[in-house]
Amino acid sequence: MFKFILRRLLLLIPILLGLSFLLFVWVRALPGGPATALLGERATPERIAEVNRLYGFDQPVLEQYLRYLSRIIRFDFGQSITLRRDVTEEMLRRFPATIELSAAAMVFAVGVGVPLGFVAAKRERTWVDNGAVIASLVGVSVPVFFLAQILKMVFAERLGWLPSIGRLEPVRELQAHTNFNLIDSLIEFDRGAFVDTVKHLLLPGLALGTIPLAIIARITRASVMEVLNEDYVRTARAKGMSRRVVNRRHVLRNALLPIVTVVGLQTGLLLSGAVLTERVFAWGGIGGLIGGAVLDKDYPVIQGGVMFIAVVFVLVNLVVDVLYAVIDPRIRVH
Amino acid sequence: MRKRKSAIALTLVAALAVAACGDDDNESGNTSGPAETSAPTDSSAAPETTGGGESGGTLVFGTSSDPVVLDGAYVSDGESLRVIDQIFETLVTTEPGGTEIVPALAESWTASDDGLEWTFNLRQGVTFHDDSAFNADAVCFNFDRWYNFTGVAQSAAVSYYWSTVFGGFSDGATPSLYGGCEAADENTAVITLTAPSAAFLSGLAVSAFVIASPDALTTYEADKVGGTDDAPTFDGTFGFEHPIGTGPFKFESWAPGDKLTIVRYDGYWGDKAILDKVIFKPIADGPARRTALETGEIQGYDLVDPADAAALAAAGFEVLHRPAFNVGYVGFNQAKPPLDNIKIRQAIAYALNREALVSAKYPEGAQVATQFQPPELFGWSADVPQYDYDPDMARQLIAESGVTDLTLEFYYPSDVSRPYMPDPTANFEAFKADLEAVGFTIVPKTAPWRSGYLDDVDAGNAQIYLLGWTGDFGDPDNFVGTFFRTPQVAWGFENQEIFDALTTARDTADTAERTALYEEANKLIMEFLPGVPYVHTQPALAFAANVTGYVPSPVSLESFATVSLG
Repeated sequence: MFKFILRRLLLLIPILLGLSFLLFVWVRALPGGPATALLGERATPERIAEVNRLYGFDQPVLEQYLRYLSRIIRFDFGQSITLRRDVTEEMLRRFPATIELSAAAMVFAVGVGVPLGFVAAKRERTWVDNGAVIASLVGVSVPVFFLAQILKMVFAERLGWLPSIGRLEPVRELQAHTNFNLIDSLIEFDRGAFVDTVKHLLLPGLALGTIPLAIIARITRASVMEVLNEDYVRTARAKGMSRRVVNRRHVLRNALLPIVTVVGLQTGLLLSGAVLTERVFAWGGIGGLIGGAVLDKDYPVIQGGVMFIAVVFVLVNLVVDVLYAVIDPRIRVH
Repeated sequence: MRKRKSAIALTLVAALAVAACGDDDNESGNTSGPAETSAPTDSSAAPETTGGGESGGTLVFGTSSDPVVLDGAYVSDGESLRVIDQIFETLVTTEPGGTEIVPALAESWTASDDGLEWTFNLRQGVTFHDDSAFNADAVCFNFDRWYNFTGVAQSAAVSYYWSTVFGGFSDGATPSLYGGCEAADENTAVITLTAPSAAFLSGLAVSAFVIASPDALTTYEADKVGGTDDAPTFDGTFGFEHPIGTGPFKFESWAPGDKLTIVRYDGYWGDKAILDKVIFKPIADGPARRTALETGEIQGYDLVDPADAAALAAAGFEVLHRPAFNVGYVGFNQAKPPLDNIKIRQAIAYALNREALVSAKYPEGAQVATQFQPPELFGWSADVPQYDYDPDMARQLIAESGVTDLTLEFYYPSDVSRPYMPDPTANFEAFKADLEAVGFTIVPKTAPWRSGYLDDVDAGNAQIYLLGWTGDFGDPDNFVGTFFRTPQVAWGFENQEIFDALTTARDTADTAERTALYEEANKLIMEFLPGVPYVHTQPALAFAANVTGYVPSPVSLESFATVSLG
């Protein structure tokens, strides 16, 4: 197991090297550049050339890349051109916000998606099943930004139950220890801040979690249906085991592998969904940061941000692989 | 099976419980909503009534992004300047709501006869937020700081306004207007110029030239640049954590992506701010800013979508319009025939139904432009040649021109909304129809604003194109001078008469004489017709109904010190 984890972590090195090169070339191939983005109407050919010279963008790309490489192996991702802040520091400072949002979305997606898929499978071809299939189709098809607008319109504007932006009321002060507001409010014994954080998490969590929820429900349904038809399930029933025991010990456990896979993948994908969700809800995590950087052609932030997400993606998948072995002893990780 | 059901039920109940729990708190939160929760906890910040309106309270203002850095010398973007304007002050400023120059940190000033030596008599009894004294040495310290910028700090992306107003730096690579600064005594600063410049004083009102505490600039290493030659980094903490000026508000805290807080400075020399606190909340998404105002999470925001202004006003919100200080125009690149032909340029001008576009697609306050500067600014002329909509005249001019290939590549940006051009596609569609109606063949060319469009136009690739400008400060040189005082690739023409007229106008000291010169220049420009200016707009801000005292300014120099929550 230890060897396996180590090998997977070592694999990160070639993955990140390849990714860093592709990213580096790709962002520079995009039309426009940071100078145009910064100067807008005030951009002139001379001013653009000057900015490019000062930041070394006029050098051959390979040369630029090699210098960049020599910096990133020291974990120096440079400074944002538009924000003038250190990319690594800014990523780390904002990452808890994104994790908190992604976790809320995943709790919602798994908490509702797995039971929904399970029930749909057990009640195959009933109205419960049909309803679940249609709902999940709709869930997959609705664009995040549209869903976000609808949720805000109903729950924030019309009903006034929930806030529409941010992670806390702007006037509320919360001492930052970890930048996870839920944890910080517990550390500070601040019940108001805790409840406020939960309230702020609900709408973006719902918006971000809906697509994964629909996908998880569909996979769960398919996977459970397959297991239900297995001989061992029939045998277990025939032996007179209670439905509860059969469901838990035989059906769910065996159906869990594909579910865990899809949950892992979706967790990684959430980070990209966060780019849109964070913008609409003014969330202040890394999604909003990277989204803005793409518009501004802020090369260091795009490069650093995507690499950061890539590392998280690989780590989440590593956790999933390790979980396989825990769930299914037949699978050995080598 | 029953168990499964109960599992789902449990999940739903849990979700509802959380929502309900939030709901409870929301109600209690509402009773002590943003305006009220801000009752000062610190007794020293107890309301001191100064000026009109209710004293105290917190205003949450929605911005489109975080500031870059709170150091006037290092920025030119509106969101940075908005906050800088509250914390810092310049020597002179513009009157609230106008462009006339009025005293700020300088009580009065005089210029020598040759226009080279400017003496500023400074206000006394002014202190920086760190309790250090404001005096002539502090003024000269700041000017010398800017003049001595090196490396990346000289980039137009950093010190745009210095290069716009003063030209070059102490390294002499480009000639500089700045000659030096001397503290004649404690309260008198003398600034020397290398050439007379009438735009100099208006330029000084730009928030880039705010006077910061020299102690703080030094202690917090405002000018520390690190990194490597090809990846320079700004390493000082002045503009991020310790921006110290003399303004009515002082900096409290800043968590980028979350909020920036400023509080009233009780040692302010003038009328003290009415609010206890202003929180700037970055909300990048335009519709999200509107929703946040409607839900009461913020009490005001800028960059109101022109399509929302009327609806917000009807719903009882306070919608304020800035006096027009921009221009939207159709640019011609004369390096690309047939635009070198004056009759073709005139034909296009007559063909465009600008009145129809402005009345159909622009919000309240927008007006049809007749020249490249807004009427609010001196130098605007009522006698410029007018090109009122006349398709027959356009056809006649085309016939007279002798041009047979009437194909035009028309560039417009695809994904942007500018104050002078809320919906570029709508403008393009309208103008395309107008031009086709008189016989032109239009080839549409489009690209995202920051990903190709501006580059194409700047590099001279665009034949005719939609563009515009928002003024930085109240001087015509900032409009027509920017466009036409020197040859530019995007316009693709060399007209020495216009270049000379604008240079003379810029360098003339006497205001009355300058006004006449700019009026003359505007006529000359509209005869030559390098493009067709078509609109001046009035960008809008929106506030909750109980917010009073905000005075919109054409140059966006707006103070929160006079704002109160009724």
